[in-house]
Amino acid sequence: MFDTLSTMLRTGILTEPAPVSTEAPVVIETLQKDLRNILGRALCLRHVDAGSCNGCELEIQALNNPYYNLEGVGVKFVASPRHADLLLVTGPVSVNMEEALRRTYDAMPDPKIVMAVGDCGACGGIFGTSYASRGRVANIVPVNHTVSGCPPEPTALLRGILQIVRSKFSDS
Amino acid sequence: MHMSFDFPAQATRQLPSNLACRCVKVDAASWRRAAEELSASGGRFLTLWGADDRGRDGRFRIYAAYLLPQDVLVLEHDPGDVANPTYPSLASQFPSALRMERAIYDLLGVASTEPDNRGWLRHGGWPETVFPLRRDVDGTQQYPVVSEAYPFLQVEGDGVHEIAVGPVHAGIIEPGNFRFSVVGEKVLRLEERLGYTHKGIAKRFEEMRQHDGYRLAARLSGDSAAAFSWAYCAALEAIAGTVCPPRATNLRALALEHERLANHLGDLGALGNDAGFAFGLTQFSRLKEDLLRTNVAAFGARYLMDYILPGGVALDLPEHASRALLDQYLTLERDVKNLRSIYDEHGGLQDRFREAGRLEKDLAAKLGAIGLVGRASDVCCDLRVDHPWAPYDRLKATLVTQTSGDVAARVQVRFGEIGESLQLCRMLLEDVSSGPIRTEVPLAEPDRLGVGLIEGWRGPVMIALETGPDGAIRRCHAHDSSWQNWPLLEYAVLGNIVPDFPLINKSFNLSYSGHDG
Repeated sequence: MFDTLSTMLRTGILTEPAPVSTEAPVVIETLQKDLRNILGRALCLRHVDAGSCNGCELEIQALNNPYYNLEGVGVKFVASPRHADLLLVTGPVSVNMEEALRRTYDAMPDPKIVMAVGDCGACGGIFGTSYASRGRVANIVPVNHTVSGCPPEPTALLRGILQIVRSKFSDS
Repeated sequence: MHMSFDFPAQATRQLPSNLACRCVKVDAASWRRAAEELSASGGRFLTLWGADDRGRDGRFRIYAAYLLPQDVLVLEHDPGDVANPTYPSLASQFPSALRMERAIYDLLGVASTEPDNRGWLRHGGWPETVFPLRRDVDGTQQYPVVSEAYPFLQVEGDGVHEIAVGPVHAGIIEPGNFRFSVVGEKVLRLEERLGYTHKGIAKRFEEMRQHDGYRLAARLSGDSAAAFSWAYCAALEAIAGTVCPPRATNLRALALEHERLANHLGDLGALGNDAGFAFGLTQFSRLKEDLLRTNVAAFGARYLMDYILPGGVALDLPEHASRALLDQYLTLERDVKNLRSIYDEHGGLQDRFREAGRLEKDLAAKLGAIGLVGRASDVCCDLRVDHPWAPYDRLKATLVTQTSGDVAARVQVRFGEIGESLQLCRMLLEDVSSGPIRTEVPLAEPDRLGVGLIEGWRGPVMIALETGPDGAIRRCHAHDSSWQNWPLLEYAVLGNIVPDFPLINKSFNLSYSGHDG
């Protein structure tokens, strides 16, 4: 227990300022402020892998590390699409995931905001369309915003979420 | 190991590869007999694939690759009658072959003698009369999805009920379907259904140029991008007769070890978290993030999707990056050592890790466990150690194994391999000779088959590449070790309680995308 506590103390709080990436702290602070002003509560995300190579998943997971500390600013991942404000979809949509993606989307409450993550989600990426792939996410469900990159860096994902909060939730 | 039968010399040819590799043409009787003898003598089954050569010589072909102590053995078999091609199943000797056989049928329409004919990669997304890997099938044609029932094996008895999980999971993870049969909390049976992320990679390769295929290989499983792109380049370079410059070879190994470190760090954090120790996730995800940021300075990106390319690497290691890397290894080593002792001495954590998801050595060996999961059950195999290719042939990596085969063992193997990887990285940096980082790879001759085999962080990944004319790819088969280890998870979870499944699953951390292709 002593080792655990002393490691915690030594590590300190890493969230601000992030040592290498200079953009991240700015985005995180802005996101927290906007969430408070616009939404007035936490933003709930649901992620669906519709056929990705798992690269995008690694960077989405990184959002929860202490540097980006996404949950700390009021964005949390939820287990059910029924609880989600925003759906993150990765991958080209494989034909084997087409139905599952549609059902997930249908289960979301309005306004059903969708962000397609990564080059594959945005345009089909290197896999394109084929007998097994429907290509970009927008071919299957309506998409409000895309974040390109292979995989997109956490800061790019943060900026994408920030833009969505500003443009899609500001009326509500 | 002694093979009690010899293959006739005229049926044997050497294959271009980063390891010693030979290919032998065999008839059905020898195909079957070889499997029996290889199984009895401890040969390791690597992968199975097929090709449509009807346009070339009127035949289909099936290949099986085995790892022998001295080399890689590829058996080539003609499954006969093109209207109804069939070959002997390997599943009774090598159980992991079963799903590969089902996948080959789905894609190529060449059947094994095994009776399980449920679709494995085909879930109704294309008609059962269409075999996409056949050369006369247009891979870009799309079909409406027609949902098909998939009969899971039913367990009957007093109080037995089923829990269906997936394909969409409650987390930031890949999709797959798990069907548990349970009594109370106890798991009586788990049946996996995979294939959800199948995106037609094998067919897509055939639309690409040889010199571009590494990009697709890297995206077979994003967490193993360095391993797969290296395996692809190794196959292509061997066919073209290119030798990668020594500096580039060292940098490739450095990238591969960084990939191993990043994944092990991520897994150790997630394993702590799944056992209720959020501190572990915070600490290890911090260390992983530090490493990824160093990757930007050293390799130009956090994830090494396009770093390893034909003839070498994309970017030279800056002089100052080398110093920074060595400093970081010191810090990382110190921090991991500290966290290891915290994990080891945390009673609550060890209580969850020990005895959970146990895979005994005998069963692991019999079922063909491979890679990290194998090593945690004392199945000793690591290509870097037992079949070292350049530069591992002079690094003399040390094998890390455990004997208990439980979650605790898979945790310990990861800790051990982080230490070993850091040692290798230091040796690679000390020894990184100056010189070019890339050489020209000429267009390879058509109709040559080459093999690339690399020990990724999960286990061996393999690329079997067949060249076409004028820089085209005729056929490319990519294999991830998850194919071998997914069926083992079904055994490891038996008798455990359902709430321990996420922990056991994470301790395997297998690739869905790498498996589904």
